[in-house]
Amino acid sequence: MNCITVESVYKSFGEGTTEVNDVLKDINFHLAEGEFVAIVGYSGSGKSTFMALLAGLLLPDTGKIVYKGQPVVEPSPKRVLVFQNYSLLPWLNVYQNIELAVAEVFPDRSKSEVHEQVEKYIKMVNLYPARHKKPNELSGGMRQRVSLARALSMEPDLLLLDEPLSALDALTRSNLQQEIINIWEKQKRSVVMITNDVDEAILMADRIIPLSCGPRATLGPGYVNNLDRRRRISNLSKNPTYQSLRRNIVDYLIDTKKSNTTVLEKTLVLPEVEPEDISVRTSFTLFGKHPQRKSEERKISVK
Amino acid sequence: MQNQNKIFKFLKIVRLGWAVPLILLLSGKNPKKQLQELSLQLLVPLSAIALFLGVWHVFSTKIETKLGTIPGPGDVVSAFSELRDEVKREKQKAEDFYIRQEERNKVIATKFPDREITAKKYSGKETYYDQIGTSLITVFSGFIIASIVAIPLGLLCGLSKTINTALNPFIQIFKPVSPLAWLPIVWLIVGAMYTAKDPLIEISFINSALTVALCSLWPTLVNTAVGVSSVEKDYLNVARVLRLSWFKKVQKVIIPSALPYIFTGLRLSLGVGWMVLIAAEMLAQNPGLGKFVWDMFQNGSSQTLAMIMVAVFTIGIIGYLLDTIMLALQQLVSFEENAV
Repeated sequence: MNCITVESVYKSFGEGTTEVNDVLKDINFHLAEGEFVAIVGYSGSGKSTFMALLAGLLLPDTGKIVYKGQPVVEPSPKRVLVFQNYSLLPWLNVYQNIELAVAEVFPDRSKSEVHEQVEKYIKMVNLYPARHKKPNELSGGMRQRVSLARALSMEPDLLLLDEPLSALDALTRSNLQQEIINIWEKQKRSVVMITNDVDEAILMADRIIPLSCGPRATLGPGYVNNLDRRRRISNLSKNPTYQSLRRNIVDYLIDTKKSNTTVLEKTLVLPEVEPEDISVRTSFTLFGKHPQRKSEERKISVK
Repeated sequence: MQNQNKIFKFLKIVRLGWAVPLILLLSGKNPKKQLQELSLQLLVPLSAIALFLGVWHVFSTKIETKLGTIPGPGDVVSAFSELRDEVKREKQKAEDFYIRQEERNKVIATKFPDREITAKKYSGKETYYDQIGTSLITVFSGFIIASIVAIPLGLLCGLSKTINTALNPFIQIFKPVSPLAWLPIVWLIVGAMYTAKDPLIEISFINSALTVALCSLWPTLVNTAVGVSSVEKDYLNVARVLRLSWFKKVQKVIIPSALPYIFTGLRLSLGVGWMVLIAAEMLAQNPGLGKFVWDMFQNGSSQTLAMIMVAVFTIGIIGYLLDTIMLALQQLVSFEENAV
């Protein structure tokens, strides 16, 4: 059964005829229950817009997004977006940030049940010792963990990860990649993750979909990733399946970039002026000599 | 170490930053660097003050006014100690009065047991310290009135574009009005409405406090509105994902996020209020520092200028302390890093 389905969605920003910025064009997408899909694309190609659409923070101009039979019209704790910049509330500590979410999403639970839930997810992302710290006392990786714990604590059916790891250093990144995979394997939620790193996508996802270069970006063909789930970066690089998969995705991305650079041809008419040739001496210079004039055409092309 | 850092941060917040190198120097850490730091933070301001006092001393004797020469630093100090002596004398007088009253009441009680014993309050002259106290009470009353009005109003302005546009002309027009213009209006209105024969609160106090409130309202109002309307979009998105109700969104996301702005506004408001107070007290004859300055100016003795200068320094130092307290409060609610 499909968890979420997107049918021919268009999204643009701005109004009027001149300033309209078409971000997404003809997006078709479906996600199976329990599937882990990664979307890779260039920065600025509209990946975050796509995520905001899935989360219900933005609404599409045309087309429809259906989540478990219901059209998506507003955000819901069942489809939780983990923001790129963590967006933790800076005046609350780690515990309070998660508690706010849990208490709000499960209003029927007693205080001790809420407490249990919060502690469970803090422990899951290994932040128990730092639970009383404020976000600005934490490193980027730790903040992203809190953000992840907050999202997971709401027990969503669909987890949307918007470049969750792109602001982190390589080591923290690979640690968190592993952690996200572990949590996903344990809980089997449906996940859509955005990334700009093809290796990361292949390491983590079941299916990888490239997003073509914006503006008017659209989703490319899905590449199914059949590599064994116990994949590790260290032993991937020599694996022929991995190599061909990676090459296909990268080639697709490069091709869309090429095809999207349209060539504009324009004919310019240069003004009819030419410097005077001073090497030619003229005897009659009372009114000066008219410079030689010549019309010239030049073709230029702009990418 | 963690505690030490916290203490140092606190010292810096309350503007005692020079104590940090002093403490480190006494604990013997990198003495050369600490001495350099100490001389910058303590020696430089101190020598600037010394220079100021020197220049003042030299020039003060050269300017002749109709009340004698301008008083130098020494005259101001002696004027201050005179005020202190007066405080002591008044205190003594008050004590004497109560002792006498008690004795008299004892005598009355033995001679006429059925007569009612009355205890009167000593009603002597207001001392300088009383006047400082009155000024502080007045400014805080005005400040609290202003905050009670300005914070909710600012919240509404920040939350609703309609209310903001509706109130904006009033804010823009009334904000620059001087206390001297407000006072007569306040005076007449309060005079018409507050007509108790034996008022519990002095009418001059109400006039001054309301004038302070009217003038110190604006920074808090404007800052609250800006703080509320500039809540980061990410936080609002979090509220949307959690499906917070409107009330909860305001309570859990918008107010905490605007709190640093609100406190900045309050700090500015208190500063404005303290400045306005002196003028308001002069005109309203509220028995505070403003009235002290006015009375001194009116009685025109050889001590006048020195006394007024004592008042000037008192006003300045109290204003500085109030600002420091507000700065510390502002730091407490601020959640941003390195926001000193």
